[in-house]
Amino acid sequence: MLESILQPGVDKLAAMIPHGAKVAVTKNQSGGPAALVRALIRREIRDLHVIGVPTTGYVADILIGAGCVATIETSAVTLDEVGLAPRFIEAVKSGAIRIVDSTCPAIYSALRAGEKGIPFIPIRGLIGSDVAAHRADYKIIDNPYAPGDRIIVLPAIVPDIALLHAPMADRHGNIYTGQDRDAPLIAHASRQTLVTVEKIYEGNLLDVPQLAAATMSSIYIGGVALAERGAWPLGLGEDYSEDQAHLIRYRNMAVSEAGFADYIRSYVVPVAAHV
Amino acid sequence: MIAECRLEERLIYTICGLLEGIEHIATGMASPIPAGAALLRRELSGASVRVSVLASRRLHAFTDGGSEIFDLAAQGRIGAFFLSGGQIDGQANVNLVGVGEYPRMDVRWSGSFGSSFLYYLIPKVILFRLEHTVRTLVERVDFVSAPGSSDPDLYRPGGPYALITNRCLFMYDQTKRCFTLASLHPGESIESVTENTGFEFDRPDIVSTTTAPPADVLRLIRTKVAALLQDPYPKFAAEVFG
Repeated sequence: MLESILQPGVDKLAAMIPHGAKVAVTKNQSGGPAALVRALIRREIRDLHVIGVPTTGYVADILIGAGCVATIETSAVTLDEVGLAPRFIEAVKSGAIRIVDSTCPAIYSALRAGEKGIPFIPIRGLIGSDVAAHRADYKIIDNPYAPGDRIIVLPAIVPDIALLHAPMADRHGNIYTGQDRDAPLIAHASRQTLVTVEKIYEGNLLDVPQLAAATMSSIYIGGVALAERGAWPLGLGEDYSEDQAHLIRYRNMAVSEAGFADYIRSYVVPVAAHV
Repeated sequence: MIAECRLEERLIYTICGLLEGIEHIATGMASPIPAGAALLRRELSGASVRVSVLASRRLHAFTDGGSEIFDLAAQGRIGAFFLSGGQIDGQANVNLVGVGEYPRMDVRWSGSFGSSFLYYLIPKVILFRLEHTVRTLVERVDFVSAPGSSDPDLYRPGGPYALITNRCLFMYDQTKRCFTLASLHPGESIESVTENTGFEFDRPDIVSTTTAPPADVLRLIRTKVAALLQDPYPKFAAEVFG
């Protein structure tokens, strides 16, 4: 029942994530778990291995700036139209974090392997790129069905925890994710998923066919907390668009360490900063 | 009187010309000019051309998450795509990662996105770089996000087709694995291009000027195409079309 996994707030949900966890987050356009990530900063989490699926931006940048990240694994960290992610750039150049560069479809395919409980998965392309050259964990094999056809294989990605923000949960712990299909992918591949939601659906999401089509069952879910506008300043599908003015303000502050510290004081430490 | 053709409009028209006969054109993030070109192609060719503008919410038909575009490319269902890069070299290698020694580079960019895959699988990949200098068009990239070519035994149905910049258009020569200067934009010369290009390239004895769109096509760009670009690229639409 939801009562056992519904947490009284985003900070209690954040407390469930251990230091050093491998956490997966979806891309900016999928509604990142921004409120949950700000709660992680408040509890001073350390040594995270963040996986951006297949890219990330604001949520990774604030974690990196706050010193919470040991490794970032992704195909790109970007603030999209707003520009480069300043704390990410700084940390890679200084060596403060380890960057594990990938390419979008490799992240997707490796998560599919995790989802299917298989140790590796092949993918086309990549051979001859420096992305592949710097990945000792990527192996080139001969296609067993067509000798001479070289193809690269990737190890499965199995995150410890997927962090999501979604439109709704019901009291059975089922999560409605709408048109976003990347959210179910990371939930299936991860050992557990922690979700913030805009609201609770009173009923069983699986009973309504149109909702069930975009719902994943509670089997994947370790904890849920209500967080209205929990993706802010990122957007959430049809519910609300990204707050580009705030992302510009963030970027302008975060270009310096002092400005970033100011951002944390203004927008992360106070829980209801976006209201 | 119609205001003079802007560079962005000339580029949209030129790229559109390269897309003739393609059934499905996709454009990625940060690609307003390629998106404009793809949308113009659809306007001129009719409903038979499918356009997918990733950066938009309504200008694509993807329903199965972020991996669908990569799956479509691997299935052979995308005919043209666009790539840019912090650096591009004379062998059409593309660098979206940074400058200096990997991993702690002197200059670091966002990352390779899907380039390390799409460049191998989409038949016509058009490179675009709106800053054409020796800093951006280099002899050899510092990091190969995606190589311009591969060993002949490697499965690779896709690769570079052309490179368009704010100075000129190059076509990629698959046999010689290098670029050939195809046309110069107004105000540019073989000398200005050579001075600002860090790699060697071929050229014919006479290089034409990149054509401006005829009046009716320019009107189409400024009305229908401009309106469609509002959603994915509001800043660009405001700057270019007012």
